[in-house]
Amino acid sequence: MIETLQQRVNDDHGLIRRGRYLTTTFLLEIGATSWLISIFEGRIVSVTRGPFVMPSSAFALRASEEEWKKFWRKRPPPGSNDLLALIKRRALKAEGDLHVFMSHLRYFKEALAKLRSQGDAA
Amino acid sequence: MSARFEPITGRYMHLDLFGRPHRIYVEEAGEGTPLLCLHTAGSDGRQYRGLMNDGRVTATHRVIAFDMPWHGKSSPPAGWHDEEYQLTSAQYTTMVLEISAALGLDRPILIGCSIGGRIALHLALEHPESFRAIIGLQAGAHVDPYYDLNFLHRSDVHGGEVCGAIVSGLVGPDAPDSERWETLWHYMQGGPGVFKGDLYFYKVDGDIRDRVARIDTRRCPLFLLSGEYDYSCTPEETLAVARSIPGCEVTIMKGLGHFPMSEDPQAFLTHLLPVLGKIGRN
Repeated sequence: MIETLQQRVNDDHGLIRRGRYLTTTFLLEIGATSWLISIFEGRIVSVTRGPFVMPSSAFALRASEEEWKKFWRKRPPPGSNDLLALIKRRALKAEGDLHVFMSHLRYFKEALAKLRSQGDAA
Repeated sequence: MSARFEPITGRYMHLDLFGRPHRIYVEEAGEGTPLLCLHTAGSDGRQYRGLMNDGRVTATHRVIAFDMPWHGKSSPPAGWHDEEYQLTSAQYTTMVLEISAALGLDRPILIGCSIGGRIALHLALEHPESFRAIIGLQAGAHVDPYYDLNFLHRSDVHGGEVCGAIVSGLVGPDAPDSERWETLWHYMQGGPGVFKGDLYFYKVDGDIRDRVARIDTRRCPLFLLSGEYDYSCTPEETLAVARSIPGCEVTIMKGLGHFPMSEDPQAFLTHLLPVLGKIGRN
């Protein structure tokens, strides 16, 4: 499912336009599984599944599989509907150089929510 | 195509606050019992446009919303360019009481959301005689910071973009798109450091946990309404406040978030109108 992120994001012209000054690589951790996601000028250029020996990334977003599953439901329950909601509950850890994450917060929120429609409707 | 005007009128009030001259924008609509509205941190009085445009409210209420200094169309005081804005409980209390008095309001109903809901608790405790009833929206006694507030005000992060993005998830899932993005636009329009300065009150200075149980609802009725999807002031936090205050009435609003009056005015009114009805009968 995570592999579909590239096309889902790149198909959204508004999102790409808003991300046109964003070039970075970040690590997405879903439980024990790591994904390295590279973005060039707003477009996702690669989504690579770990494990990695020495992954280089600007920052990492780490949460349990269960938490991401709730976040990606079609209608997430209260407390799971937004990255900041997960961070507030200490269910999501954002670590590393968070300047790029915070300065493009809308982009990252909307990009990761792209995986939502495939989730459980419950 | 013919133009249509809303029944809202706006004026600029000149008033000394905290020993300094201020120019404050005040909007109102309707006639009857005064209903004084307090907006959230980093936003402005436009959040109450739904109430001011609803005949069921304005037929019996004079709905008034002011933009706090530094917010919306109110100016920061002269000298602001060399200062760091930080809202305190004392300033906020003074501001609400002085503006109410300057408008000649006789014991208005007070309604405030988020920081406005917090100061509503302070006012319920310290100045119950000044209001005929107090309605706190998304009112909790305290919120711990859950992100680095410095990102809200630094010149290498766009303030409007980050403020809008920080609060976007606080809007409930059922909000109509037009109202959701109108609500976020207000955040995107805030001046540099203003949202952060308001949060000084919300997350540091305005902590009322150790005193909130002393609110006496026999002196001023207190109603708390909170949206189910608010993770800033959660329903649990509002329920905890309500449980600690005898006589406090509480409603958890399904599907709504942190900005009920602005993100989904029609849904919010289904919860607010019964409360206004009850206050009117007392």
